[in-house]
Amino acid sequence: MAALTELPTGGFNFDNCQRNLLLEQKGLKQPTAYKTGTTICGVIYKDGVVLVADTRATEDTIVADKNCSKIHYISPNIYCCGAGTAADTEMTTNMISSQLELHRLNTNRMPRVCTANRLLKQMLFRYHGHISAALVLGGVDSTGPHLYSVYPHGSTDKLPYVTMGSGSLAAMAVFEDGFKPNMEKEDAMKLVRNAIAGGIFNDLGSGSNIDLCVITKDKVEYLRPYDEANLKGKRQGVYRYKKGTTAVLKTTQKKLDFDVVRTTVRAEPMET
Amino acid sequence: MYSPSIPDWLNAEHETGTTIMAVEFDGGVVIGADSRTTTGSYIANRVTDKLTKVTDKIYCCRSGSAADTQAIADIVNYHLNFYKMDFGEEPEVKVAANVFRELCYQNRDSVSAGILVAGWDKVNGGQVYTVPLGGMLTRMPFATGGSGSTYVYGYVDTHYKEHMSKDECLQFISRGVALAMSRDGSSGGVIRMACITKEGVERFVLTGKDIPKVFDAY
Repeated sequence: MAALTELPTGGFNFDNCQRNLLLEQKGLKQPTAYKTGTTICGVIYKDGVVLVADTRATEDTIVADKNCSKIHYISPNIYCCGAGTAADTEMTTNMISSQLELHRLNTNRMPRVCTANRLLKQMLFRYHGHISAALVLGGVDSTGPHLYSVYPHGSTDKLPYVTMGSGSLAAMAVFEDGFKPNMEKEDAMKLVRNAIAGGIFNDLGSGSNIDLCVITKDKVEYLRPYDEANLKGKRQGVYRYKKGTTAVLKTTQKKLDFDVVRTTVRAEPMET
Repeated sequence: MYSPSIPDWLNAEHETGTTIMAVEFDGGVVIGADSRTTTGSYIANRVTDKLTKVTDKIYCCRSGSAADTQAIADIVNYHLNFYKMDFGEEPEVKVAANVFRELCYQNRDSVSAGILVAGWDKVNGGQVYTVPLGGMLTRMPFATGGSGSTYVYGYVDTHYKEHMSKDECLQFISRGVALAMSRDGSSGGVIRMACITKEGVERFVLTGKDIPKVFDAY
């Protein structure tokens, strides 16, 4: 008779918690997650939504990725910028994207932004803020352009312009100065570029390039990179010493004595 | 752990450090709120709408954690939609208030929400109920809530009159919220008000110069 396979009991196992606590008491530093110390923002303009993000991912004070992508795909007409723990923003946006795709196939309609917002807030609320995902959700649906900010605890705001992440103060300052309702596309793009640049230059957690995503009724332009705020400057001169700058005073050559003990010749198959 | 690149307010919970008010009058209710949402010392939203619809003629004023109160309002809205389908009529304000109470009381250890429930129904007319932090439920002729409410107890107790007209109620609320906004650091922005009667809901927003003048020494 075939051996019975043991059924998994299911549920969680907390055995390692006690061990980890002990290790921590003895002075072990637990590894920290990637936090995208970030500037992200979005704005509603005349016929759509613009989402923008910087591209720096940090691990404590170290820049872990100089060109990471923070504008996530949700559905063909909805995108989402993420700040917080990189793994959390990536997974939450992926899961909501998947749920919305199934919803689209079931209903045979393009998903609406308020649906994505509701799914996100209900998921994040269940985890009481333990999922560190601070999101800027934007898109265009049958009812027009919409922009939401979603916080880790599950609260949401619906606004014409929003900023998020550690650089949000710098970016918000630019918005408060330059925002006008019903802007032209070019003006909106210029404004959000400047907002992110504010974050890149004044916030330690933000940096590198600017990614931009323009969503309109029937088109999405995903520009990565849209702009490089920190172009490396041209080196002005050659700083290497010319050959022969240091005078050669003396050269000596010495023969090393050694004995050949053994020689073997072996054939090896050639790799293509 | 200290990390210079990630400020702590990024992960802090959103609080609607708030002023909310509601008052009954003959034929309806007037509700009002400021518009400030804060995370620590940062204003995350300066034009928040804290007057949230739960049915066509029942609204709630939210104070406390933004996430908790939004979730509770959504759940109440969900239950009352079922109520409407089951019974084929609009729920009474009392019913809505009791659903709020149930959620706030059963989860009193994990939620921080202070909610005013106000609306109109054909049985009892305009009503105001308050569900404070522990999840108690009381009907009141007028009620205040949020961090700003402590600054206006004196005002409401001296200026409240029975049988005020709609316009008197609007003035009562707008002045109260304006006073609280001037003294409470975590209340501010614009004043949002709504008048709920048999006819429906009429909404008001007071901005800039329209906000009632209060004494200001500077």
